[in-house]
Amino acid sequence: MTKFGLIVLTAALAVGTAYAEESEGLLASNSSVGNIAGLQRGAQTFFNYCSGCHSLKYMRYSRIAEDLNLSEEMVTKNLIFTDAKIGEPAMATIKAKDAENWFGKAPPDLSLEARAKSPDWIYTYLKSFYVDPSRPVGWNNTLFPGASMPNVLWELQGVQTAELAPAKPGEDAHIEKLVLSKPGKLSPQQYDETIRDLSSFLQYVGEPAAMKREAVGVWVVLFLAFFTFIAWLLKTEYWKDVH
Amino acid sequence: MAGVPQTPYKPSNKVLAWVEDRLPIGSFLSSHTSGYYAPKNFNIWYYFGSLALLVLVNQILTGIFLTMNYKPGAATAFDSVEFIMRDVDWGWLIRYMHEIGASMFFIVVYLHMFRGLMYGSFKKPRELVWILGMLIYLTLMAEAFMGYVLPWGQMSFWGAKVIISLFGTIPFIGDHLVQWIMGDYIPGDATVNRFFALHVIALPLVLLLLVVLHLAALHEVGSNNPDGVDIKAKKDANGLPIDGIPFHPYYTVKDLFGAGFFLLICAFFLFFEPTVGGIFLEHDNFIEANRLVTPEHIKPVWYFTPYYAMLRVVPSYFGTAIWGVLVMFGAIVMLFLVPWLDKSPVKSIRYRGWMTRTALAVLVVCFVWLAKIGSGPGTDPSEVIIGRLLTILYYGVFVLMPIYSRIDATKPVPDRVTTHD
Repeated sequence: MTKFGLIVLTAALAVGTAYAEESEGLLASNSSVGNIAGLQRGAQTFFNYCSGCHSLKYMRYSRIAEDLNLSEEMVTKNLIFTDAKIGEPAMATIKAKDAENWFGKAPPDLSLEARAKSPDWIYTYLKSFYVDPSRPVGWNNTLFPGASMPNVLWELQGVQTAELAPAKPGEDAHIEKLVLSKPGKLSPQQYDETIRDLSSFLQYVGEPAAMKREAVGVWVVLFLAFFTFIAWLLKTEYWKDVH
Repeated sequence: MAGVPQTPYKPSNKVLAWVEDRLPIGSFLSSHTSGYYAPKNFNIWYYFGSLALLVLVNQILTGIFLTMNYKPGAATAFDSVEFIMRDVDWGWLIRYMHEIGASMFFIVVYLHMFRGLMYGSFKKPRELVWILGMLIYLTLMAEAFMGYVLPWGQMSFWGAKVIISLFGTIPFIGDHLVQWIMGDYIPGDATVNRFFALHVIALPLVLLLLVVLHLAALHEVGSNNPDGVDIKAKKDANGLPIDGIPFHPYYTVKDLFGAGFFLLICAFFLFFEPTVGGIFLEHDNFIEANRLVTPEHIKPVWYFTPYYAMLRVVPSYFGTAIWGVLVMFGAIVMLFLVPWLDKSPVKSIRYRGWMTRTALAVLVVCFVWLAKIGSGPGTDPSEVIIGRLLTILYYGVFVLMPIYSRIDATKPVPDRVTTHD
């Protein structure tokens, strides 16, 4: 290979790598679809606190049971709060029309939320609620200002209040940090764990195949490495007579 | 290859011989494999042609299986893609193979084109090989664009809207043309259905025809090589090129190794980072198309971003934005003209001077940097200035080619190829 070509290729690769998106200002959720117990806890949180308003229209209850090592009875008893059957997708309890009347617009389906945003976004969002009496629902969010959703997890997290930094001349006061003004049922560490599990669950819901994907991938990569090695030996053998 | 005597293919099997007497399919295959003599000094840059063929086969096969469950239509497309990802057995694998394949197609095609520019593979007598290759590239862009609309996510919709409205800049007929292409006033049900038809049948047929012609033209004139030496000039007593080796088995086993390595890289992406950080599969495309909500940044997939950047940095004059569109398409037209813009007596970069080397390096820098600008939000005013400068430099590489390629110093080209591994 020419040196020139090598230089050009390396430069192109370097720029290409730098091109990958960076997530701006999000907290690391450290979510993972590998921890089944965590996913089970995340599912429990989701169906207890979120599924009243948010659907998972691409996710069947039976698939959750299968992937999360739960029996169909356990799912029916603990996770299904609608009149849905086990093979049906998880729709919200609230009617879309009612939701639109109450919140201004229907709460979005969350099947693909972790793919469209990211698990880190969800994790950060659920840590960014604070009391704001100027909002219709009494809550606001630093990550998503003007969100129509109240902090449904306030019982767990407690109540956060915004602490403003002193306004500089010619500027509006901005929020410096959120402080926990009234503790919830969970300690901050326990709350972080809970929403980490919830983020992991939504990551799983976004791509149920992810659980299988990496496990299969290891074998495919090993096979291809072996195949490439054999092909290289074959090539070397044939090319012995090329001078 | 012309000028190489072909050993007649005589099968010993009676059935095969019977067929061969009536339809010389064996002779055809052997003359294009074991009877095709390729230079023995191919380097790493010569893997990308066969890899492009491999990806094409992958796209067609995975495409057939996707078609079995995909439902074109504004109301059904997005849901059916999620159905494939979740409810179809191994559907996610097929979909990811198609998605990774699309981007890998452009990676190998760009490297393949760069190889051609570097070693002068477009020069006489291979002008038609180059032109046919460029037509493949053009068809591939149309194919990829329409394919990206099919999942009917936010980027599908808004990307389609932006790209189709480019035709609206054409004076007089523009607006009617845009409606004619979309079959509606905005991209909608009719658009998805016609793009589906074009993506799964019309354009693949054109693509396959062009690939056959590209290979036929190549096998007529023979492959170039990193030295740009004509191997047919030196032949042995049997009339075979001294520096040539039969494509089969030598390059089939070599390409087999290349294919294995390439698939290894693809598998890493597919199984461990299938969206490749939102570059191959954009995050916004996991939100269903919604004509009432404009995404924060509308941008095409990475392989179109250099041209998209050119479109964005060119200002409007005389109340029309057609100039950006002309600059963008002109950038591709320039590539078509290369066989006639290059006046050097020497093919390969190895025996050319610093001017050609610099020009080629400038071209690569422009292309990659413009790709970076085109994939960003485009709000930074300094990027507009840089983008314009890069666009001018990009054009400069082609417009000034007749001059610098003529006056550039050359080194003597050897009679025989120099290196092989």
